[in-house]
Amino acid sequence: MTDLRYESPETLDAAVALLAGAGDGGHVLAGGTDVLVLLHSEIIAPKLLVDIKRIPELKGIREEEGGFRVGAATPAMELVDHAKFRAVWPGVIEGVNLIGSVQVKGRASIGGNLCNASPAADSVPPIIAAGALASIVGPGGLREAPVEEIITGPRRTSLKKGEMIVSFRFPKRPPHSGDCYLRLTPRTEMDIAVVGAGVSLTLDDGGVCTAARVSLGAIAPTPLLVKDAADALVGTKVDDAALERMAEACRAACKPISDKRGTKEYRIKTAGVIARRAAETALQRARGN
Amino acid sequence: MAKKAHVTVTVNGDEYEALCEPGQTLVDLLRNELELTGTKEGCSTGDCGACSVMLDGKLVCSCLVLAMEADGRSVDTIEGMATENNLHPLQRNFLELNGLQCGICTPGILIAARALLERNPDPTETEIRYWLAGNLCRCTGYDKIIRSVMAAAEEMRGA
Ligand code: FES
Ligand code: FES
Repeated sequence: MTDLRYESPETLDAAVALLAGAGDGGHVLAGGTDVLVLLHSEIIAPKLLVDIKRIPELKGIREEEGGFRVGAATPAMELVDHAKFRAVWPGVIEGVNLIGSVQVKGRASIGGNLCNASPAADSVPPIIAAGALASIVGPGGLREAPVEEIITGPRRTSLKKGEMIVSFRFPKRPPHSGDCYLRLTPRTEMDIAVVGAGVSLTLDDGGVCTAARVSLGAIAPTPLLVKDAADALVGTKVDDAALERMAEACRAACKPISDKRGTKEYRIKTAGVIARRAAETALQRARGN
Repeated sequence: MAKKAHVTVTVNGDEYEALCEPGQTLVDLLRNELELTGTKEGCSTGDCGACSVMLDGKLVCSCLVLAMEADGRSVDTIEGMATENNLHPLQRNFLELNGLQCGICTPGILIAARALLERNPDPTETEIRYWLAGNLCRCTGYDKIIRSVMAAAEEMRGA
């Protein structure tokens, strides 16, 4: 840490130039709730911290084309307190609400939770289920990628050198849509998921599911988008048989490890249970709007 | 050597300036440069809440904020809670109802509890417990803390 430098650029161009200039020594600093812990325990030793919180594009929640654009460094509490976003994406908020204590959520962001690339990050499965797209800036300019393509392994992302996430685009929500995130932990608060499941679905006027996305956390090296689980719901009225086929697809997709929070077998079994409960709540919400 | 820089920060309404290193945290700046030692540091990893302060009106862990990030910002700490002759109702109720024993967790809990009562003057017991989930106490067993907050909230609603 002895030759660490801190910069807080006010434009995207300046941030990109700083990161490009720093090569391997540059590190993005958003809310800092993971980065500062890694820095002070000397797990990372950057030469340059680029604080991106003074860049307007990285902050705030805006309505855009009937959906939302959320700055990647927006503090979690700002999302939790945004009544309109919460009404449209209650499942995303359920995940965001579990990022940590109120104090941690005062700083932590969904961009940071994603880029920290923990398999158990609570905000990631519901954001994948929502079909959100990440806007990424880097030396090659701007690009967009689905959120499920960002995490490639524990602490590893598909971001190229010098790239960072600017914002997330949450698509316009059709009528009769609902989402939900549930996780299993021994404690109700301040814990790390044993299993997490995010489900988002849309019904037609007759109550038949026309679109669904199911994402699981903490059951593989990365959060997963489970296409087979979604396919089990689409075209059905999300009845008992469909829910059971979805749960079976979830169990089949799990590639968990055994650790102090749960064995492989326990994680696989409970992934089906938690995904099913999340789908039932998403269904109720979809019917209610 | 790391490049030091001047940081200007308003704490409890007073402006301070200090020379800080890039890796230095806000809690370190408060305690060791500004000698405002009311804010405590327990874990340094965001888990215990002892270092809770308000940064531009938002409840944060000051061990997870760099001093340089606080440049130009305003911070409220426990030192600004009481007025010259009067304790804050939260402080008084903690004293009367034994909401503290050793006191290490207390400044952080008072700051966090005040932040809750500012957005919700009439919280349920469950809401208080969830809000304070990021503040650990090794002494009280929490019940007396929760009762102290509820009593202060009631008093403040009446006032
Ligand atoms: S010292 Fe900051 S949370 Fe424990
Ligand atoms: S009173 Fe001792 S830690 Fe809370």
